[in-house]
Parts: sequence; C-alpha cells; structure tokens
Amino acid sequence: MRGYLRADGRKGIRNTVVVGYLVECAHHVAREVAMPFRDADVHVIGFPGCYPNDYAETMMERLCTHPNVGAVLLISLGCESFNKYKLAHSVRQSDRPVHTIVIQAAGGTRKSIAEGQAFIAEQLALLEAAETVPMAASELIVGTVCGGSDGTSGITGNPAAGRAFDMLVEAGAACIFEETGELIGCEHIMANRAITPDLGVELEASVAKAARYYATLGYGSFAAGNAEGGLSTIEEKSMGAYAKSGASPISGLIKPGDIPPRGGLYLLDVVPDGEVRFGFPNINDNAEIAELIACGSHAVLFVTGRGSVVGSAISPVVKICANPETYRRMEDDMDVNAGRILDGGATLDEVGEEIRDIVLGLAAGGRTKSEELGHREFVLTYKSFAPIGPSCLPSA
Amino acid sequence: MAHHVVSDIDSDPRLLLLDARDNVLVAKARLRAGDTVVVSGKAVTISADIPLGHKLARLDIPVGAKVLKYGAPIGSATAPIRPGEHAHVHNIKSDYTPTYSLAGEDQRYGEAT
Repeated sequence: MRGYLRADGRKGIRNTVVVGYLVECAHHVAREVAMPFRDADVHVIGFPGCYPNDYAETMMERLCTHPNVGAVLLISLGCESFNKYKLAHSVRQSDRPVHTIVIQAAGGTRKSIAEGQAFIAEQLALLEAAETVPMAASELIVGTVCGGSDGTSGITGNPAAGRAFDMLVEAGAACIFEETGELIGCEHIMANRAITPDLGVELEASVAKAARYYATLGYGSFAAGNAEGGLSTIEEKSMGAYAKSGASPISGLIKPGDIPPRGGLYLLDVVPDGEVRFGFPNINDNAEIAELIACGSHAVLFVTGRGSVVGSAISPVVKICANPETYRRMEDDMDVNAGRILDGGATLDEVGEEIRDIVLGLAAGGRTKSEELGHREFVLTYKSFAPIGPSCLPSA
Repeated sequence: MAHHVVSDIDSDPRLLLLDARDNVLVAKARLRAGDTVVVSGKAVTISADIPLGHKLARLDIPVGAKVLKYGAPIGSATAPIRPGEHAHVHNIKSDYTPTYSLAGEDQRYGEAT
C-alpha cells in the first residue's frame, strides 16, 4: 500500500483535484470547468444554499482538506453567504494549492471557466509528479453505508461488510458505521458494545433522537423499494443495517466532520441536534457517503440489495451486492457478489476477506467499478449539530 | 453482530431460519404461486409469487403479536398470519414509524413505461 503524505500527517489513497462551488448559482461554471477533465480525478462538490450554515461550511472544509485531495479550486458567484475567505484559508493552511474564482469579479461565465480550466490543467501536471510513501492498513479510515436495501441485505452483504470491518479494526484501521435512523430497535444491543457505560448512554440517546426526529417528519428512513424487496418495517431494515458494524467493541460516537482519533469502530450520528428543521436528516444515500468522507474515510463500503449504482466524489465507493438476482442483472456496477452466500457459494468470512482485500488494494492501484464508470455523485444540504459530548470519545 | 443461519429441519431448504426464536422464514429463492413448500413440518401451497428475500410465517401469528426475525421484534401483525403465508406490509406494521410503500400503485396507474 502507498499513499500521498499530507502536511497534517494523514495519507491519501487518491490525489484528486476538487472543484467546489459555494452556491448553486456557481454550479454550472464548476461543471463546465471540470468537463474536459472527466477522465482525470477532478471532482465537483459544493453547497447549493445562499444562506449561512455551520454544518455545510465544516463539511466543505473537511472535504477540501481530505487526505485524498491534492488541490482545490473554489467557485463563488460573489454574493452568497458562504465564507469563502475562511475556506480558502483552511485549504492554504493544509499546504494544498487553492485558487478562488469569483464569477462576478472574473467577468462572468466564459472568463471564469477559462481561468478555472487553466488552474486545473496546471495542478494536474503538478500532481502527476507527486511522490507516494508506504502506507499501512492502520492508517486507513473506512466508512460503511447501505442503500437500496432488501430482504437479502441483512443476511449476506451487511454481515459480510461487518466481517471486513472486524478484520480492518483488528489491523488497526478506524471504521465508521452510521445512520442512526436505521438502528432503531437495535439501540440496547448496540449500547452493550460501547467501551464505557457513558458511551453506551450516548449511543442509545443518538438512536432515541433519530426515532423522535423521524416520527416528527412522519416517515422513517425507509424507501418504497425497501418494501418491494421484502423489508416490512424500519425495525427489520435496522436489524439488517446494524450487521454492517460487525462485532468489534464501539470506541466512540462522532458527528459529521469529526475525524476518529485512532483505530477502532465508531458510530457516526447523522441526525441533527435541536428542534426538527431543514427536513430529512439524509435526503438520500449520497448525503451519508459525503458525511462518511468528511470524517476522513478513504473508502466507503456500500451494501445494496435492490441495486444502487452510485459512487462518490473524493473517496472510492466499493459496491457490495447482497442479492444474487440483482448481481446477475447489474454485475457491471458491483465490486463484490455477496449474494453467493445465500446458495452456499461462499461463507460470510470469505466474502469479508474479499472486501478487506479490495479496500487494501485501493491503496495499491486498485479502482472500484463506480470509479471506472465515472460516478461522482455529491449532495450537501442544511443541517445543524451541537458538538459531541465528553463521553463520546473515551480514549481520545 | 453475527447472524447465524439456524437449520430448521421441519421446513423447506429453500427457506432460511435466521434465529431459533423467529416466527418467520426468509425465501432463499423466488417461490412461484402453486409451489409446495414444507413449513414447520406441513406442506403448504404458495398462493402468490414470493420474491427472494421476502418472508413467510413459520408459525401461526395472531393479530397484535410481535413478528420475530433475527430473534428480535420487527413489528406487529395487523392480521392473523398462517404458516406459509407471505408476511409483509399487508399484515405487519412497524412499532415505530409507518412504512411507505408503492405497493398497488402500478395497478392503479399502470406500469411506468
């Protein structure tokens, strides 16, 4: 395994150029800037809102200074509230090249696109020559998410991802599972795995918060396709989703943008704090993937039964297909066929090892199907969080 | 958490028992209407297709009883469910938030073509 050493000591397994738009009004210019570089690792991310939001600014800052990122271009319309000065400062402080284009000052669309493309071309040439250094499994952060879940997810793909997590935690990596809205009904068994009783209380409280939040919104974290795939209730979906966490002790509870301080298993609490506002905690799977990456994930394990095709900007997404019928139909999008566990073609441990080896291989030249297909989905919306409490990271 | 597949010698090999406490089984392959499967020692004829990953009752589940899968409650029965019968959103409800489903909308509006 090899990685790109960053000024903060973290190592990246990609050397991506990020094009970040700071309001939807700058999105088209950002897309056009990146268009000629679609075969390179040039990824567009951004925040659509015009009004300030601490969460969104933290997310953008963590993503622009993610170890997989080598250079950053920011695109502002000019009149939005996003604090572009602060973001550019943070990226500069991280020792990465950064350039900000303000469309209103640059003279409009055409001039901004030309200026942006010149910056990207220059950065790609520099990044091409970047040196790598040896990297160990213990330096990895890996996230996991499930999407398009069905009745097979909790039997094959999620427990196999859990086995891979156990092996990675054993090797010293930090692993993050998430979506407290899909742990409803599992809170007590989960709390028993916390490394301290106070952390257990925090874990339970995070799920209770999610249950309240979704009850107010009127729907659980449950889509029509989950029901078509055989899942009848949020509790059933939760029991399956929980299996992704494996069997390791839970070392901490973090919120979007918090980086795990050391190896171990962490729960990412994605449900906003305070009164219910700004809508659903995660409007789709891509929002959860972006949050896992903002917590430093070098790669994300994505378990699907119905068949998701998404990837992500910044960190590779490993697609684990739980359902053998879906795998046969959508093999081009899937990295792992966990569905073969169902008919005895493999054991959970064998598929867990396969997943672990794919993750380690991503730092040795391996690329995922979603990367090869050019998937770079990204979404970021309004949320509000309070900082984590003192019991959340007992070993920090 | 590890889910161990428990062998249920009284049921069909096409059906998975995930925990000895469960009152439902999971279809390991698509079952067709008219297929006969053995559930808890009795032969049952499937009345409508049951897709891969869907559940069948393993035991009699009365109205209001907890439905158990992975050894844990996943909701409550809203109608009596007989052994071998499809156990899903038409006869199970969440004890937390209601389940959103598009079941029947294709009949109502026609296929999305």
